[in-house]
Amino acid sequence: MSERITGAEALIKGLLAEGVDTIFGYPGGVVLPIYDAIHDAEELRHILVRHEQGAVHAADGYARVTGRPGVALVTSGPGATNTVTGIANAYMDSIPIVVITGQVATSVIGTDAFQESDITGITMPITKHNYLLKDARDVPEVVKEAFHIATTGRPGPVLIDFPVDVSKGEVDFVWPASVNLPGYKPTYRGHAKQIKQAANLIAKARKPLLYAGGGVLASGASKELKELAELMQLPVTATLMGKGAFPEDHHLSLGMPGMHGAKYTNYSITETDLLIGVGVRFDDRVTGKLAAFASKAKVIHIDIDPAEIGKNKPVDVPIVGDAKHILTALVAELRKSGAEPRTDAWMRVIDDWRSRFPLHYHKESETIMPQRVVERIDELTADRETIICTEVGQNQMWAMQFHKALKPRTWVSSGGLGTMGFGFPASIGAQAGRPDALVIDIAGDGSFQMVSQELATARVHNLPVKVVILNNGFLGMVRQWQELFYGKRYSESILPQDCPDFVKLAEAYGCFGVRAEKPEDVDQALQAAFAYDGPAIVDCRVEAEECVYPMVAPGASIDEMLGGVPGCAVSEMLDDELLEEVWE
Amino acid sequence: MQHTLSVLVENKPGVLTRVTSLFSRRGFNIDSLAVGVTEDPTLSRITMVVSAAETPLEQITKQLHKLVHVIKIKDLDPADMVDRELVLFKVNATPDRRHEVIEVANVFRAKIIDVGKNSLTIEATGTSEKLEAMEDLLRAYGIKELARTGRIALARGSRES
Repeated sequence: MSERITGAEALIKGLLAEGVDTIFGYPGGVVLPIYDAIHDAEELRHILVRHEQGAVHAADGYARVTGRPGVALVTSGPGATNTVTGIANAYMDSIPIVVITGQVATSVIGTDAFQESDITGITMPITKHNYLLKDARDVPEVVKEAFHIATTGRPGPVLIDFPVDVSKGEVDFVWPASVNLPGYKPTYRGHAKQIKQAANLIAKARKPLLYAGGGVLASGASKELKELAELMQLPVTATLMGKGAFPEDHHLSLGMPGMHGAKYTNYSITETDLLIGVGVRFDDRVTGKLAAFASKAKVIHIDIDPAEIGKNKPVDVPIVGDAKHILTALVAELRKSGAEPRTDAWMRVIDDWRSRFPLHYHKESETIMPQRVVERIDELTADRETIICTEVGQNQMWAMQFHKALKPRTWVSSGGLGTMGFGFPASIGAQAGRPDALVIDIAGDGSFQMVSQELATARVHNLPVKVVILNNGFLGMVRQWQELFYGKRYSESILPQDCPDFVKLAEAYGCFGVRAEKPEDVDQALQAAFAYDGPAIVDCRVEAEECVYPMVAPGASIDEMLGGVPGCAVSEMLDDELLEEVWE
Repeated sequence: MQHTLSVLVENKPGVLTRVTSLFSRRGFNIDSLAVGVTEDPTLSRITMVVSAAETPLEQITKQLHKLVHVIKIKDLDPADMVDRELVLFKVNATPDRRHEVIEVANVFRAKIIDVGKNSLTIEATGTSEKLEAMEDLLRAYGIKELARTGRIALARGSRES
């Protein structure tokens, strides 16, 4: 059975067939046929953003919290090029999104027509795959394939470029039952022999460590990860992308590894005799100097993308496949062999480090400490389903260190690309996907100003996200590097704390704004914002020159950290030799 | 170390760009490249010669596998493949020296495909080494223009490429 409809209508039917309920977008000339079709699609909620970059970040945030692909729709030319940062961000973090861009008519492609840009060419290196449609008859198949590719294997962004004549052209719509992609067959089941070998190593290890990443969340394998950790009493360090994959209030949780990981976490990596990486990619922010990373350990690496295995770190037992399947098989194998946990002594060592080198900050400060704000957010929302989004920089690292994520898909943060201005639009997408949850964007004054126009989106669509700005009047992380490595020469990193007035900015958009200037203001301000039935900004005027510690200097080994020792000044650790290394 | 990669791809628009841009993005130089449709019109074979060490080559091969339109990649064993290249040489050949040039062409079993007043165009096929040797000899007469196809190769015997 088929019916004759336009390419634009076929797109909408395809989106609905894929179960899409929300799209984020911005109209323009060549997508008008699609927008006209959307006008009739009552099942589809369209959220009109104020900048196309916001649409892609929102689709990304939506995907992270729901596990379903996010969809963005924009026009050609500048509309399309404005999506590039959002697409690159989703690509680096393996987030399934489908971006639909308008394109000039096929008859004028390549003539530098008005609002023409070669968006498939531009996004080739930052999409998992992309399409330039040439014929309305291809629409059903391409839409089906795009969603299939975005959501299977290692997820990622897929772009469909939609010329205006294809939108207007006609197609006998038949929704394909399956996709035909002979070159695309992701591996899901792990190799049985490799799994057995991994189980043997785990059973024998005395100082094992689980290193969990975004792949655990993508695969929906949190339950299996916990089962394995508890069965063998394995401590777990979860990366920024894997935060929430393992409950952070669990005794076995060691928090985040790497550049701003706790001392006890990084020491554990240096000392471990068996590193079990699950859905991770040994990113440089995690490993520091590669040669020194887990240098005493055998390495098991579980990942669905074969290209990640052995890319940065040589691996003893590679297992290509889906984390959920492999972890289930590993647990079964360990149960069958009757393996017993042997990590008592190892956990005592880690606990000793934990008590000597906890994450800490100056609690008696008369100014608001940013870490304190993060802790209070956790405490004040303990009884609510909460999703934490972050921007990028110090705000993100403090949120990473002091917020405890207890469930999967409740943490939304830009990992690989480190995109300032991601968190706020992502929180809008997260709220659209999870209307029941309290969605909070922990922001910096710099990042938020990159996307503050989306306050209108939040307000108009009644998406009650709360933006907590840790306002220190600096590009904080840039300032921190300048303080440590550039002789405190604060070149172009100062942003006046009172420009803009964030409370007035909130009010200008019809949102709620409140300011906290002293530690005693924080609770009231946060509570007022969280209680407000609509989007809100909390402008927290925090300690201006606070640094994120501990810190691994760029290029150093991860167990050589600045700070992180209570009562010991960082200046004592920062010697000229280190500075010279950094300069090199 | 030089590798001859035989990459079987879906015959779709843009696939060559996807493959080659992946190489340049990861910092590889392609020494030679040849593309054409195979016995199955929905498939094309890209034969490329790249200079790379084992580990980076493995990484680029894995990345190449991730392209949706790439079906198969084979790093052909030089000892177990047949490879050819085709070159067109346009050589200076005044009537008095023409026979010398023709003699060189004959030695390499090459064909004269065009004769001008002062030039000869020679078509030669063979391995890269043979063609380089021929080029060396012809240089003495003056090579006016040269065009080459890039290497194509298949695995020997019933082995698949």
